[in-house]
Amino acid sequence: MLSSKASCNSHGQDSSYFLGWQLYENNPFHEVENPTGIIQMGLAENQLSFDLVESWLRKNPEVMELKKGGESVFRELALFQDYHGLPTFKNELVEYMAKMRGNKVKFDPNNLVLAAGATSANETLIFCLADPGEAILLPTPYYPGFDRDLKWRTGVEIVPVHCWSSNGFRITMFALEEAYERAQKLNLKVKGVLITNPSNPLGTTMTKEELDHLITFAMAKNIHVISDEVFSGTVFDSPGFISILEAAMDRNLENTDVWSRIHIVYSLSKDLGLPGFRVGMIYSNNKTVVGASTKMSSFGLVSSQTQYLLTNVLASKRFTSKYMKENQKRLKKRKEMLVSGLKKSGIECLKSNAGLFCWVDMRHLLSSNTLEAETKLWNQMVCDVGLNISPGSSFHCSEPGWFRVCFANMSRGTLQVAMRRIKDFVERSNFMGRIKMNYQQNMSSLSRKLLSNWVRKLSSPDPNEHER
Amino acid sequence: THLSFPLGHDPAPLVVQTRKPVRAAAAAAMRLIVPLQSVVQGRGGLIFGSLIPCALFYFLQLYLKRHRSPKPQSNPPSPTTSSPKLAEMTRTSSRSNLFSRSIGQVRISSRAISIAKPNESPYYIGLDKASEDPYDRLSNPDGVIQLGLSENRLCFDLIEKWMSENLGHSITGRDNGELNINGIATYQPFDGTMELKLAMAGFMSHIMGGAVTFEPSQMVLTAGATPAIETLCFCLADQGNAFLVPTPYYPGFDRDVKFRTGVELIPVHCRSTDNFALSITALDQAFNQTRKHGTKIRGILLSNPANPVGNLLSREMLYAILDFAREKNIHVISDEIFAGSMYGNEEFVSMAEVLDSEGFDKNRVHIVYGLSKDLSLPGFRVGVIYSFNENVLAAARKLTRFSSVSAPTQRLLVSMLSDARFIEEYIKTNKRRLQNMHALFVAGLKGLNIRCADSSAGLYCWADMSKLISSYSEKGELELWDKLLNVGKINVTPGSACHCIEPGWFRCCFTTLAEEDIPVVLERIRKAVENTTDLLNSS
Repeated sequence: MLSSKASCNSHGQDSSYFLGWQLYENNPFHEVENPTGIIQMGLAENQLSFDLVESWLRKNPEVMELKKGGESVFRELALFQDYHGLPTFKNELVEYMAKMRGNKVKFDPNNLVLAAGATSANETLIFCLADPGEAILLPTPYYPGFDRDLKWRTGVEIVPVHCWSSNGFRITMFALEEAYERAQKLNLKVKGVLITNPSNPLGTTMTKEELDHLITFAMAKNIHVISDEVFSGTVFDSPGFISILEAAMDRNLENTDVWSRIHIVYSLSKDLGLPGFRVGMIYSNNKTVVGASTKMSSFGLVSSQTQYLLTNVLASKRFTSKYMKENQKRLKKRKEMLVSGLKKSGIECLKSNAGLFCWVDMRHLLSSNTLEAETKLWNQMVCDVGLNISPGSSFHCSEPGWFRVCFANMSRGTLQVAMRRIKDFVERSNFMGRIKMNYQQNMSSLSRKLLSNWVRKLSSPDPNEHER
Repeated sequence: THLSFPLGHDPAPLVVQTRKPVRAAAAAAMRLIVPLQSVVQGRGGLIFGSLIPCALFYFLQLYLKRHRSPKPQSNPPSPTTSSPKLAEMTRTSSRSNLFSRSIGQVRISSRAISIAKPNESPYYIGLDKASEDPYDRLSNPDGVIQLGLSENRLCFDLIEKWMSENLGHSITGRDNGELNINGIATYQPFDGTMELKLAMAGFMSHIMGGAVTFEPSQMVLTAGATPAIETLCFCLADQGNAFLVPTPYYPGFDRDVKFRTGVELIPVHCRSTDNFALSITALDQAFNQTRKHGTKIRGILLSNPANPVGNLLSREMLYAILDFAREKNIHVISDEIFAGSMYGNEEFVSMAEVLDSEGFDKNRVHIVYGLSKDLSLPGFRVGVIYSFNENVLAAARKLTRFSSVSAPTQRLLVSMLSDARFIEEYIKTNKRRLQNMHALFVAGLKGLNIRCADSSAGLYCWADMSKLISSYSEKGELELWDKLLNVGKINVTPGSACHCIEPGWFRCCFTTLAEEDIPVVLERIRKAVENTTDLLNSS
């Protein structure tokens, strides 16, 4: 009785990324009430700088009361359902976005389309750029939500672009070409490539080189580039953040064809820490895309009350500057705490300068270089150690053993508990590992002796038998 | 690729795009052959005339076969095997592509191309015109009076008063005097907080006269009724399927149902002779007709109270519809967004109430509601999907990630809807003022010899201006609409925008007016149709 979309399972909700969340929901950690519960390290949310927003709101009660200069603005807001969005809000947003990019890129508010969160923005953009059955290239590892947001209702396919740890998971021209060819062999027409910059889950900003490769690739194949820049406000270290528009401007591409094929998605959920407000946006220099996505935004308009609230928050320039600086400082400190804590347990992280998480290398803790071993380790981490971290396979990472660990959604105390738990686990498994290794070595040498005897009898030795 | 013709005469230039839908290619091929044949009739003889077009057509098919994109592998099995695999939308857009686009231009989806086109419906044109030059009694008395937007401005003073008394601490949720926004900023359940669902359930029950209770766990909250309708369509139908919808209907349904889902709307025409009441015979006819054409009907989309007519579905009619739905094994979506905007003496009966009482199959009924009309808060984006079907609820819940209600708004509304005294007063006052405006407006129109259909609810009346149109046709109706908009400076919604089968009907919303504005409106109508004899003969 239901549609095929409603009854199918291709919306990615069954991935381990989401299963871990369910386990967490059943036994959530609480410093006082449930100190042995599971610590949520799989949610990329920024809870470090709430107090700054709170204090601003306390100092500006008029805004919360929907008043301006003593006069109620409620009436206009209550009736305002124009899908073009509150003009003052968009003006503030473009200034904020420009500031975040060091004012090297200027945005036109008429090219900005509001949506109910980046989730809605991404889906709407895909509806505009690709028809059902066409494909989008996505470099791995990528955010598991894309499997749902980009594919589910749009009917569009995702073709992964494989990236490897050997070069820090950077996107290479070779990888792009290879993915494109793979898509062609599957008879899928590629309409664009979607990147997340700064990357989720890597936590790194893209280099100028990578951005140049993407632009060149997009020009050569006549496809679109979508740059999901939701984490652009969480860059806390050098090298700085380079937006794709900046890279295109550096190559003087403003009046060329490819300029109208570059689109940016942004939201206030990650850097301002306001995911519950549902504020996302699409920025595009393509008039048709702006027109179509504006109309589609009817299905996910931002509440006028929220638009008004945030217009005032962003209008306070002093506050936004202070917030950006302080937020970045706190993120950097917390990330360093996680990295050094993991290092003490002999675990390395990918060097990162942005995001609300680290890309952690646990390959040496795997019993074998396989997906099964990674899943086994993940199970141990969630159930035995009590940390809900996200396994690389849920991000479609081509190499097993990598995990994404979030650090910005908990207190310092909680993070310390998490570090201690990991240390205990590693020590335990090192101890067990050493025993196991000895056992295995003994067993293998014994079996080797037995085998070689048997093999000699058969007089056709197979050297592979000794490999275990 | 630009095909050139060996025969030299000026054939129609053909621009063949790579990987176009087959339909467009067939049309393209025809544009090749026909001029070719006409050329050949003059010179070259019969052999050239038949051989060459055939050869070219053969090569064209070969070319297309190599470049056609087949069904993608990993998608769920597509259930519709009917031939219009690409929804109606793509057909029109590809045809326009043949005329306008050149090679090398940006390629976006066919959906986007058709949606981005400026909307030619008078519904949207009128709305734009009125918003560009809005009437204001004091500051812009010559502006366009907006009667095309069903907004309720009659009780804002009450809500404003509530806000000024309560807003300060409602959003921030002061605990022990300490501001704490920690609850609203973080990720919320996408389908709405339980507090708001509880408050909405109570409000909906109250609005509908307390005859039915709503269960919060069966609710899914969305950013307005617009995504609620779209989400239900995604859950209940596949691309190429259709819903039956009684006409005249809300022009927005064309967008909500068809834009992105690929689902069609099949009109079931209602007539003025029985006050635009729905008949099961008409439903049945439409159902069978559509089935004959190979399209699968997945459900009926009703609005009750009806928009634009404003009449109600009687209890007997609801039973009959449910019987029909059971017989054909289809769903029923009941959009009850105007349930709280009653001015008549008839009793509103919700689908939920009927299901409660009789032994109907609850799994096929889904109700849509929102706060845009009854509480005058369209800007805040609050809508509801209410269903008894666990599978639909599960699917809809997952889809609300694309259209959730904003957290500060949820907080505000929990506070407002839980204030029982305020809600009681609001509902009473709203009904009284609606009744008053409706009576005044309808009487005023009667004075111009314009009668309205019988209605008991809504923020509008359905006016019969067929005697004032020059020709009894859609053209005549649109001429009158244009005259009213550009000469009379009032924006009303013509029946053709609502797919009404009889020309001359117009929807006029009266809740954006103050009492003093009514004579202004009537005067403008009179002026705009000055030359029509019927009006001059009126009392």
